[in-house]
Amino acid sequence: MIFTQRTSPHISASTDVSHIMRQVLYALLPGTVLLVWYFGWGMLSNLLLAVLFAEGFEWGMLKLRNRPIRPFLSDYSAVVTAWLLAVALPAFAPWWLIAVAMLFAIVIAKHLYGGLGYNPFNPAMVGYAAVLVSYPVQMTGWPAPQDFSFSHIGLMQAVQQVFLGGTTGWDALTGATVLDTVKVNLHLHKALADIYPTKPFGLLGGKAWEWVNVAWLVGGLWLFYQRVIAWQLPVAFLGSLALMATVFWVIDSAHYASALFHLFSGAAMLGAFFIVTDPVTASTTPRGKLIYAAFIGVLVYVIRTWGSYPDAVAFSVIIMNMVVPLVDYYTQPRVYGT
Amino acid sequence: MITSLLKRWLNPGGLHLDYHKEESTQQPVRNLPLPAELVIPLQQHMGQKASLCVRVGDYVHKGQALTKPDGQMQVPVHASTSGTVTAIEEHPVAHPSGLNDLCIILTPDGKDDWGDARMTPYLDPAQEKPETLRQRISTAGIVGLGGAVFPAAIKLAAHTPITTLIINGAECEPYITCDDMLMREKPDEIIAGIQIMLHMLAPQQCLVGIEDNKPQALAAMQTAAEKAGDRRIQIVSVPTLYPTGSEKQLIKILTGKEVPSGGRPADIGMVCHNAATARAIYRAVVLGEPLLERYVTVTGEGVAHPCNLNVPLGTSVEYLLNQAGGCTPTADHLLMGGPMMGITLQSGQVPVVKATNCILVKTAPEQQQPVMPCIRCGRCAESCPANLLPQQLYWHARAREFDKTEHYHLFDCIECGCCAYVCPSHIPLVDYYRFAKAEIRTQRATHAQAEHARNRHEFRLQRLERAKQEKAEKLAKHREQAAKTGADDAKKAAIQAALARAKAKKAQAAAATTTGEPTE
Repeated sequence: MIFTQRTSPHISASTDVSHIMRQVLYALLPGTVLLVWYFGWGMLSNLLLAVLFAEGFEWGMLKLRNRPIRPFLSDYSAVVTAWLLAVALPAFAPWWLIAVAMLFAIVIAKHLYGGLGYNPFNPAMVGYAAVLVSYPVQMTGWPAPQDFSFSHIGLMQAVQQVFLGGTTGWDALTGATVLDTVKVNLHLHKALADIYPTKPFGLLGGKAWEWVNVAWLVGGLWLFYQRVIAWQLPVAFLGSLALMATVFWVIDSAHYASALFHLFSGAAMLGAFFIVTDPVTASTTPRGKLIYAAFIGVLVYVIRTWGSYPDAVAFSVIIMNMVVPLVDYYTQPRVYGT
Repeated sequence: MITSLLKRWLNPGGLHLDYHKEESTQQPVRNLPLPAELVIPLQQHMGQKASLCVRVGDYVHKGQALTKPDGQMQVPVHASTSGTVTAIEEHPVAHPSGLNDLCIILTPDGKDDWGDARMTPYLDPAQEKPETLRQRISTAGIVGLGGAVFPAAIKLAAHTPITTLIINGAECEPYITCDDMLMREKPDEIIAGIQIMLHMLAPQQCLVGIEDNKPQALAAMQTAAEKAGDRRIQIVSVPTLYPTGSEKQLIKILTGKEVPSGGRPADIGMVCHNAATARAIYRAVVLGEPLLERYVTVTGEGVAHPCNLNVPLGTSVEYLLNQAGGCTPTADHLLMGGPMMGITLQSGQVPVVKATNCILVKTAPEQQQPVMPCIRCGRCAESCPANLLPQQLYWHARAREFDKTEHYHLFDCIECGCCAYVCPSHIPLVDYYRFAKAEIRTQRATHAQAEHARNRHEFRLQRLERAKQEKAEKLAKHREQAAKTGADDAKKAAIQAALARAKAKKAQAAAATTTGEPTE
């Protein structure tokens, strides 16, 4: 009898890339459900269009690069990228905005650098940053969150807004987000106590938004429980962001928002558990992860507080992506016997 | 009482695996009936082959040495039973390369006759000099039976003081149970072997590390240790975690100390031997038996009746499989060793050697997973017991940046396979490390060779230069000499001339006298 030849090890754990990506998608569900509750058709259309464009671009690039289509299209990595972008873009985003974002994410940030595993920059964040810089008006037009939004903005109105744009009276529905409001008014030297009453603020951050952030946190904790993400990344990111916020809040609580506000506003939780934790572009050593994520936290605070953008996860992540090889090189763990 | 670890020295990484150990431990170990032919490879240990000392057609007794060592890293192989040497030829052996090696083919006569081949028993080893015992262990062909097959006698020659003797009974690889069964069935022999080693090395203590998934082995060893009444021997239950049975990891778990990178346990005052080696030492010293047989686990989903067998060395794997009820129709690959570090065998023609602890027949995996790119998820680094960064090693090995792989401590990789096991992208990581190690070794050898050639060339140039110089010096000296000789000639000529003049004067005077004028 002739037996097959292999090299050791001869057994392997029953997991694969697509399984990990699917777990990330499951963890995104609670936050996504809340977003759909608050933004209705606007969030559904974002998700649908983003996934369609992402898989379309992915297929096209795989074809152009002569890569096997099936294993890569079914690894769900493009879906994760699309999903992250879809929940970060304003609800009811016009189709072309989503297309441009996905083009930058999938084609430029991912495949031009060599595809899955080879991209130095987080694809979703490159896509987000590209449209944020190019189309600031569309990117800040978040409609106000409403309970069961489906009953407020109908399907037809949504389709019209997404595909044709310029729906009459649309501007009345949209407005600056809480993070934006706080920032603009602080620049006008108003005290926080005067700003909060102007907007629907909740217990932790902006109303509705705080619950979305809690939902991301819940999903993130589940990911940690499933051992998909390392604890160092979210802990260091949220820790350094909270530390920065607390230091300035203690110095001048009238003009600097508290740590709670920073942690539960904007993309803090989404960033902490789903963006900073992207394994391909994050640091890979235990100490490196701490350094990498802590600096993102600092950068997010700096840009939020003194920069010209209300939120800063995308820029901070991209900046720190550049430093990853250096961080990895100098943070090797101590090897046995050395 | 079995000592649990008072302080748990945690190793980084490691894996909890499906152990599949129960399948092969249901029945006691069976003695294998003699096969019709034994194939005994000359090389069954780490080191060089010893030279042959039998010829085709010779009749050999059981236990008779078939090779004669003439170096330190050589140990002999012996006839596992009495019979006739029918051939000495190249035969398939268990080696990752799949190449053949020189083997002695022995046809047993069925008498199992020791003749006078049995060595003198040392009934009280404590009365013997350590050097005598070392000689005996070497002559008996004993090597590390855990799989490394390093000559045991060398590790028992303590050049540095040894404080701790470690006995490895961890047996951390899934499926393998031969050491488990040995500890259950022959604990007294193991303890007696340990006592011989304690006598030779004189350490302060001996720690016997056994994973806690072997309660019966732990209990049996504890009873035997108590019976021996040796307070130096401690039976320690260690947590079940692959690869605890790796020498470096076991030392860390038991003592908290680490073997220095590139060093040996002796550097930190420790020596590690396998439980089966201890038993072989006992048999060699007290009974005078060379290493002729060993326990082998025959198991796996592809085997009808998994079991443990006491196998004469040289028996073919095929014969073992038949004794275990044969292969099932779904059998796909045949392994020697465990599923994490074992090597595949092409056929059952391969003989059981000193290193063979397990014959494992696996069925084909349900679906061959495609290899995907590395997504740097870091699961490999989490599972690495040496605390390496497998993802970085892979990256650089793939790019052939071998200097960088060394920066990431490639040579501290023990090839345990944890990283490849957990990899969600199904990258054969260990293959990349083996490749990089081999490339670096080749490069080093080439470099050393080039260095040697360059040195020789430079030496030659120097020699030629020196010869030239010496020649020139000689010539110059010669010339000088010649010049000196030339000056002497002139002097001589002057003297000659002066003499001639004087003669002439004399002659003139003589002539004057003859003409009549008296001069005196």
